[in-house]
Amino acid sequence: MARRPGFFDRLRPGRSAGSEPEPTGDPFVDALRAALGADGVRIDGAHRALHSHDASVFDEGNAGPVCYPSTAAEVQAVVRLAAEHRRNVVPRGAGTGLAGGAIPLGQSVVIAMTRMNRVLEVDTTNRIAWVEPGVINLDLTRQLAPLGYHFAPDPSSQQVCTIGGNVANNSGGPHCLAYGVTAAHVVAVEVVLPDGELVTLGGLDPEPAGYDLRGAFVGSEGLLGITTRVAVRITRNRPEVRTLLLSFDEVRDAANTVSGVIAAGIVPAAMEVMDQLITRAVENYVGAGYPTDAAAVLLAEVDGLAGGVDLDAERIAEIGRANDATDVRLAGSEEERALLWKGRKTAFGAIAQIAPDYYLHDTVVPRSALADVLTEIYAIAERHEVLVMNVFHAGDGNLHPLLIFDGREPGMLDRVHAAGGEIIEASLAAGGVLSGEHGIGLEKQKFMDRMFTADDLDHQNRLRQAFDPGCRTNPGKVIPSSHSCADIQALKSVPREVWV
Amino acid sequence: MTAEATVPTLATDDPVLAAFAEEVGVDGPVAVEGGRTRWSLGGELAPGTRTVRAPTGIVAYTPDEMTVTVRAGTPVADLRAALAERGQRTALPERGGTVGGAVVVGESDVRALGLGSVRNAVLQVRYASADGRIVSGGGPTVKNVSGFDLPRLLVGSLGTLGLVAEVILRTNPMPPVSRWLRAGDADPQAVVDRLLDPSAVLWDGTTTWVLLEGHEPDVDAEQITLAGVGSFVPVDSDPATGVPVALPPNRWSLAPGDLVDLDGSATGAFVAAVGVGLVLAERPQPPRRLAPAVAAVAERLKQNFDPTGRLNPGRNPADR
Repeated sequence: MARRPGFFDRLRPGRSAGSEPEPTGDPFVDALRAALGADGVRIDGAHRALHSHDASVFDEGNAGPVCYPSTAAEVQAVVRLAAEHRRNVVPRGAGTGLAGGAIPLGQSVVIAMTRMNRVLEVDTTNRIAWVEPGVINLDLTRQLAPLGYHFAPDPSSQQVCTIGGNVANNSGGPHCLAYGVTAAHVVAVEVVLPDGELVTLGGLDPEPAGYDLRGAFVGSEGLLGITTRVAVRITRNRPEVRTLLLSFDEVRDAANTVSGVIAAGIVPAAMEVMDQLITRAVENYVGAGYPTDAAAVLLAEVDGLAGGVDLDAERIAEIGRANDATDVRLAGSEEERALLWKGRKTAFGAIAQIAPDYYLHDTVVPRSALADVLTEIYAIAERHEVLVMNVFHAGDGNLHPLLIFDGREPGMLDRVHAAGGEIIEASLAAGGVLSGEHGIGLEKQKFMDRMFTADDLDHQNRLRQAFDPGCRTNPGKVIPSSHSCADIQALKSVPREVWV
Repeated sequence: MTAEATVPTLATDDPVLAAFAEEVGVDGPVAVEGGRTRWSLGGELAPGTRTVRAPTGIVAYTPDEMTVTVRAGTPVADLRAALAERGQRTALPERGGTVGGAVVVGESDVRALGLGSVRNAVLQVRYASADGRIVSGGGPTVKNVSGFDLPRLLVGSLGTLGLVAEVILRTNPMPPVSRWLRAGDADPQAVVDRLLDPSAVLWDGTTTWVLLEGHEPDVDAEQITLAGVGSFVPVDSDPATGVPVALPPNRWSLAPGDLVDLDGSATGAFVAAVGVGLVLAERPQPPRRLAPAVAAVAERLKQNFDPTGRLNPGRNPADR
């Protein structure tokens, strides 16, 4: 496919053509600079410190050189040089991950994909777009809007997160209830394998020959290789949308309404629940029009053709009333609808008014267990004297308990972690899973053996080693150390101030 | 079939799965026999290979979770009947055979636009490994990113990485109305472009068949839209296959955009699923080659999952 120079090329910092980068005395860094140009490799403390973190609370990151490739060939060059010099690599998108997946351990080389940010081709016949991994999720949807299409996965971070990060995390979002998570929207990925080979996994045809390596790659949290190009499915915009806001005196009633809607054979585009604390915070913050006296609100959306959406909206309202909804409101205008969604999508920003720190959890439980697990989560938070708010993708049972605290308070962080651990255990005990969309990263490695047996984890590691026999790509993540090929302790023992 | 049954027990605690793993054993070539509907896909099974049968039965079905836990040896027809009683269906194709067979073959129905694809339908997989252990991948909920995606890896693997014993499948509500229409004068690409969400658009080079599904007013509205594309009339589907046209035996996988060049010269008589890229044809698709670096990953996978090559010897998903 021809790569046409696009708008973003003009914004790209110019190569220091002709001027030889100054030697640093470190042969590895010099080799990287020879391959990427001086402005493509950063080794200063500020850059390394910035790239040692993502949006999670974990602070064991320790970045080595930070590389900014502009092409797949440059990604290959970095990966090959790193292998030659026996260094590990960690790919990075926007750094919005909440599980520590992009945090480099042991001075891994960070490969920041932000310069590879072009939409290469939009193909409405095949219903796909070829994009580079640094394209921002919402930018793609905005570019597709004039054609009447969008990219369906819509994580709350969609204004900043990248498609490459969405692929690595198999990202979800409110509208994944009807449309599926990222894995259902990626038909092919071009990948630099850990040995530096450039391959395309999957294809535009529905059933490519061989194992579904594309399927195995999506959601692999950067452990199986580095995405350099993605063919994403594009979804036709729906002509009609109905958005309902239902209020309840009990969180349980909202949860039961969600189960009732699915039981009635309706799969709405989205069903989101917010409890009273978060609703009040959002009202103070953006004035979305949420009732502040309700114990919970349910935001439900159906889309499609006019006849069906009216029938479904009416039925959802009935089910809500049967579950003691105190108020049922249908958004009367596009402005009102946008405001209701603005409230949901800025929920995490709104809590800054309440306390300086938050820890956002992510588990999934069967829909029928939602009400009981929520009750348990409130009890756990009370026991550990932590404030908890709940705003979650109720339609697919994806809980997002938000623990809110002031990290300066002595002992607070320990209580937050203890409460978090109990929330995970409660979700698993109810027949749930560790993560619905944030991934395992560093955060949940220690819980993996609560969900999987030693044999299960061994097979996950066999998959990983088929792609990365040397365990050089994002080592120390996902698979717990006892089942992984990487020596995680060694990764963590590299002191931050030592430049190796 | 109670709500409690959705609470996952460790696979190793399930005596039925343990017995299956024991039967698979730890040495000698072995394969699972299902309905033999696609027995020669990816190569003939090596002579002398012992065959076993996967366990049968629906373990748990909770319609309001939109999931069903089912043993791999269960006939697809039995599963279909059980789901239909509660107004649901899955993406598994209607061509006989067993659930496990449909999963490891991984072929979607020609109505994939409406039913979804098999590779997106498997939430959890439990299989007997080459060393006779029961291994689980994925999870019981409709949304899950805990660990690597073993379910997708096993879909279409032809039993070469593990012998599937049980799966949890995503289910979907059956639409209130399903209506097939036929026209002899419609451009199938125009049909795909004009309709919002057809469940199927089939085309044999002359006739176009369209499946509209959903609420009755929506189906009626789409039928009016179709009248602008061709002279469509309602047509009955064959209850055995769910489609109104006989499907040729061989399967081609093409980019949807490549169907415009389809004239039957390479395929022989064909029925194409427009918008999907599947073509059922008289003649088989020529072999497709994997790039060497992709083949190398596939070889390492096989080596890591089945070091002695005892699972389904003779078969290779790259040769399908």
